[in-house]
This record gives sequence, structure tokens and C-alpha cells, in this order.
Amino acid sequence: MTQQLVLYPLLLQMFLSILLMFCWRKISWQRVISIVGSIINVGVSIWLFSYIWENGTQIVMAGNWKPPFGIIFVADTLSATLVLLTAISGLAVSSFSSASVVAARLKFGYFPIFHFLLLGLNGAFLTGDIFNLYVWFEIIIISSFVLITLGGEKAQLEGSVKYFTLNILASMIFLTAIAVLYGLTGSLNMADLALKVAAIENRGLVEITAILFLVAFGIKAAVFPLYFWLPDSYHTPPSAVAAIFGGLLTKVGVYALIRVFTLIFVGDHFIENIILIMAVLTLFSGGLGALVQNNLRKVFSYLIICHIGYMIAGLGLFTEVAIAGTIFYLIHDIIVKTNLFMVSGLIFRIRGTNSIRNLGGLYADFPKLSLLIAIPLFSLVGIPPLSGFWPKISLIIAGFESERWWVVAAIIFASLITLIVIAKVWASVVWKEKKELPVRLNFRYFDKLKTIRKAQMIAPMIFLSLVSLYIGFGAEHIQQVSSRVAGELIDNEQYIEAVLGKEQIIDHEE
Amino acid sequence: MKTIILRTASTYLLPVLLLFSIFILLRGHYSPGGGFVGGLIASIAFVLHSFARGLDNTKDLLKIHPGFLMPVGLALAFLAGVTPVIFFDQPYMTGLWYPEHLPVLGSLGTALFFDLGVYLVVVGVTLTIIFTISESA
Amino acid sequence: MEILLAIMIGVLYAAGIYMILRRSLVKLILGIIILGNGANLLIFLLGRVVKGSPPIIPADSDVFQSVYADPVPQALILTAIVISFGLQSFAIILIKRAFKVVKTDDLDEMNAIDKDS
Repeated sequence: MTQQLVLYPLLLQMFLSILLMFCWRKISWQRVISIVGSIINVGVSIWLFSYIWENGTQIVMAGNWKPPFGIIFVADTLSATLVLLTAISGLAVSSFSSASVVAARLKFGYFPIFHFLLLGLNGAFLTGDIFNLYVWFEIIIISSFVLITLGGEKAQLEGSVKYFTLNILASMIFLTAIAVLYGLTGSLNMADLALKVAAIENRGLVEITAILFLVAFGIKAAVFPLYFWLPDSYHTPPSAVAAIFGGLLTKVGVYALIRVFTLIFVGDHFIENIILIMAVLTLFSGGLGALVQNNLRKVFSYLIICHIGYMIAGLGLFTEVAIAGTIFYLIHDIIVKTNLFMVSGLIFRIRGTNSIRNLGGLYADFPKLSLLIAIPLFSLVGIPPLSGFWPKISLIIAGFESERWWVVAAIIFASLITLIVIAKVWASVVWKEKKELPVRLNFRYFDKLKTIRKAQMIAPMIFLSLVSLYIGFGAEHIQQVSSRVAGELIDNEQYIEAVLGKEQIIDHEE
Repeated sequence: MKTIILRTASTYLLPVLLLFSIFILLRGHYSPGGGFVGGLIASIAFVLHSFARGLDNTKDLLKIHPGFLMPVGLALAFLAGVTPVIFFDQPYMTGLWYPEHLPVLGSLGTALFFDLGVYLVVVGVTLTIIFTISESA
Repeated sequence: MEILLAIMIGVLYAAGIYMILRRSLVKLILGIIILGNGANLLIFLLGRVVKGSPPIIPADSDVFQSVYADPVPQALILTAIVISFGLQSFAIILIKRAFKVVKTDDLDEMNAIDKDS
């Protein structure tokens, strides 16, 4: 029963999307199936996480082909944590989208594609094979193309042309990098690659391959010189789609960076310095970009970029404390960013616009809702004891320990900018006096919705806010998880041993 | 494209091409061929028919919307993959084989059903794409 | 053979990147297609080109007798081709829709999102 546990989240998502495709026209069924399926998925993911937590890294060999020849799926603590987070945000977005996405869009297969996207995310987190990772990336981007173009408005199509081009370019660079890596080592299994890459004499070629991977995943993760597609496209699709994109899609890029640069290309100071410089510039450019925007969702898009910088900085510092900070930030960021884009969607439903200049008076009209919105907003800033505060401590400590003062300065600066941005958003959206806005015809305003739809929009926000609060107040537990993940990542022999078994490693050393 | 030669030929070519696509599908396990190529050949058969007879005739011939083949094919491939997990506690996608030798098919195993699923998905996807492009043109 | 393939791949990458940098939407798609073909050939080349020795172990032996053609790169290329088939057909429909809605195929004029705030 538990032998194949690693695959259950994948199989469940695949089953759900096939089932949903059979009810193509029956939107009300799709809503129910999607929400119920997502709840089951959370249960399965919790089961997987607790099993991994107790028994350590597990592998499944697809088709019973032994590694390093066959495709394998590996669940270590990092993968299991991310699968759990995907399930949590997936549940929230599934409920939110059944209320907020208009039925005309749902008819074009919104839910099946949404579950294919979750399938791709789970697959990318769980696979132990670099080419298989490419395939999962393609599943993710194909599903995301459909979700981002669904509806076909002008801004959406323009945004998606940019999104599409840059993402395909990233895939091509990824494919090129795999080709070079395969030419160098003759293997695709990540654990096997770790051993073989370490033994290559021609370090220059290895560095070039590493840079190719850095660029490919850098475009996906939206780091400094490669992020321009993100703010142009993330504010165009429906807010439910933006929520899952903002919460999870860039994080897959970060996950791939973490995996590749802690397992395959390790201990190269040149690469570490490049990553650090990219991180610092990402922190600056994302923060300053957010400061000047007026569209609420564009502000959040730039904040995504800014906060990717924290995670990359932790990866660049490459000490156990820093990696723990990165993982903690990843956990916090997935939940908060998903929540923030849902908040922007809710505000859009209430007022009919996302322009900060025209918004206002939310506290006067909806005091309880405003307090709910305050949780993700101030978690993002990291006002202690909310969730964004704890990972920054780890990152700053790691920066001090490795005596890279400029990284510490950039982290503090970016926190300050985030504080200013969020304070601005809070003051003008919630506290400022309400402006009279022109009433939009044929627009489903929030107060015109049925009670069940309102509940479906508010409930996921409450759910994610509670998770956020737990991350903040139960930081001890999350810190435990991240320290363990960091330990596993720094000491990558555990991973290799779990995949290949002891004998092969000894063979290799001889 | 409405020449009498093409129109007459397409009537005979459609069954021949479909039969050929099945042949390609079945020989695919050890020889060149398989679900993807077979599916492409089958969809070419229908595309050729639609060139000669017009899109509406081909749609009437198909009876169902080609998009419906996608979930059916996916479900078939998925079941072929999970059968070893559910019934034999083997890893996902492990090949299971029926021990006896069958006429025409040769050996029967889960791989055939997986390929059949791929075949259906490819036919469904290709026809949906081409019909969409030619409808809105 | 290898040197010819290497030159070919270089030309394909250069042409693909040049086309992606053009302003026309159609040339953008062509560039993506050419770049994809270049990447596929690169996998083929880096998997070592070996002629006339299939990866079959003789019945009386347990190991390969000589240098053999690696089948893995071909499996990778097939997967990549199938994926790019799907992506490219999506891309063509997308640019068609974009052209109908925005009424231009000049990428420089696709900047409505920058104006709206």
C-alpha cells in the first residue's frame, strides 16, 4: 500500500483531470469534483509528508526499471513539503475559481487543465530524472498557456504572447543544457549525474552547462535580468489563475535551481557568486518596480520577483543556515502569494477595478474582510511574529557568517521597500476615502453574488490565512522542517544513496 | 481541391489508411511504429477526406466530436499504467503480459493498451487542432 | 559527419535566435521551430553518432561487443518532437487569435498592457 505512496499525488491529479474531461460541459459537476478531489489530495499529501518524515527518502521506479537506467520518482523532505504546499494552494484556488471565474471560461475546460497544471507541478517536484523534469516543465507550461489565454481578451493575448515566447525559449535552453550534460556524462538520473559530474576533469565545460541551467531556470523563476515576461503577463488572466501562477509557477523554477545547484553542480564559487549578484539585483529591481506601479496585481507581480531574490540569495550563500532560510521562505511565500492574488481578485469583484488610485474605503465598507486581508499583506512584509519574519533572520545570520555584508544590506533594503509598498497599498486601498467609481454594466459585483459563491471566495482566504498564521506562530515546526531539508540538501550523499544504493556509489569511487 | 480524382480516391484511401494505421499501431512494440505514428496516419486519413469532401462531411462521418477521443485515450493509457499498481502491487507502468500467444495480436500486454490510448489521444488532438484551424480560416 | 552536424546546429541556432528577435509574430514562431530543431539535432550529436551497430547484445555474450549506437538520445528527441508538435500548434492558433484581436503582427505595437495601469 505505501510502496507506491510517492506516486499517489500524481495518479490522483491525473485521475481527476481525466474524470473532469469526461464532464466537459457539466460545470456544476466539475466544481464539486474539483473541490472534493483537492480535499482528498491534501489528505494524500499529508500522508506522504508524514511517511517521508518518519521513514526518510523514498523512491519508486517507474516500470520497474532500476536506476540509473529507468525513470525514478524520489520523495525527499523537500519534495514532500512542496507537494503538500501545492495541494494546500490547489485546494484554495480550486474553491476560489469555482466562484470567481465566469462560467463562459469554465466551459472551455478550465478545471481539467487546472488539474493538469497541478499534475505537472507534483511531477516536477517528485521526479529524480533530469529529462523527466523537462517533460513535467512542458506539461506545466502547456497547461499554463491554456489557462492564461482562456477568455481571449486583448490584454490577455498580448501578455500571453510574451509569456509564451520567453517560456519556450527557457525550455529550449533547458533542452540544450540537458543535451550537453548527456554528452558529458551519458546519464540522466540526477543522483547518478551528481557522481559523474563531480568526476569530470574539464571544469570549464561543466561551468558552461551550469550557466545554461541557471539561465533556463532563471527565466522560469523570474530572476533579475530574465524576469520581464512576468509583470507583463501575470495581471492579465483571471485572478484565480494568477493566484496559482504567482504562488507556484515561479517556485518550480526556484525548486529546480535548488535541486540542480545542491545536487549536480556543487561547490563552484564562480556560480555561487553569480547567483548572489543575480539575487541582489532581483531584490532591488523587483522592489523598486513594485514601488512605482498603480495596478494592484502588477504591484504583487513585482513583489513576486523581489521575493524570489531572497530564495536565490539563500541558495547563493550556500550554508546550512542559508538554505534553511530559503526553504522557510519558499514555504511562506507559496501560501502568501497565492492568498494575495486571491485578495486582488476579491477587491476586483468588490470594486470593479484594480487601480490603486481609484480604490479606497474598504475598511469603512467591509471591516472584517479588511482584517482578513491584513494577514497576508503583513505576513508578506514579515512583521514579527508573522510568517515572513523568520526566514529573513536565517538569511541575515547566514550573510553575517559568510561576511557578505552587501547581501545582508540588500535583504534589509528589500524588506524596507516591501514595507513601504504594502503600507502604501494598505493606506490607499483600505484606509483612503472611497471614490465614486462608474458602475460597470454586466459585471458581477461581489454583493450581487449568491451566498454560496461568496463563501467559496472567502473560505480559501481564511484557510490560507490560517496556514500563514500557523507558519508564523508555529515557526518552530517549520524551522524544524527547513533545517532538516537543508541538512539533506547540503549533505547530498543521502539522496544519492537513497536512489542508487550503497554498492553503486562504492563502485563509482573505485 | 474538389477534383474528381481526389474525391474518388479519398473514398478508397480512407479505409486503407485507417487499416494501415492499425497495422502500424500493432507492430510498434518491437519494430518501428507505435501509437503516435499510427495516430498521425489515422488523422491524416480524415484530413485527406475533409480536403476532398469538405469539413462537414468528415464530421458527419466521425459521428462524435474528435475532442471526445482525448479523455477516452487518456483514461485507457492511465488504466494501463495503474493496473500493475492496483492489482499486482508492482510499480506504476510495469509491463504485464498475458502468457499465451494470440493470433494476429501476438503477445498481449498492458503496453498495447497504453499505445492504444496514445493512438486515440493523438487522433483526437490532431483532428481537433486541424478542424479548429480550418474552421476559423 | 560530426563536423557537418555541428555546423548545421550552429546555423540553426543562429537562424532561430535571429528570427525570434524579429518583430513579426510569424517570424517569432518560425524562430521557435528552428531553434527546437537545432536543440533536437544537438541531442542527437552529443549522444555520439555511431553508424551500423545497433545496441543489441549477441546471444552468446553478456556485454556489448563493440561501440554501439546509444538509443536514449533518439527517445529524448522523439519526446521533444512530440512536445514541440503540441506547443507549436498551440502557438500558431495563439498568434492567429492575437492577430485577429490586436489587429497587428508587429510585436512593438503589442503594448496595450504597459499603458493600462
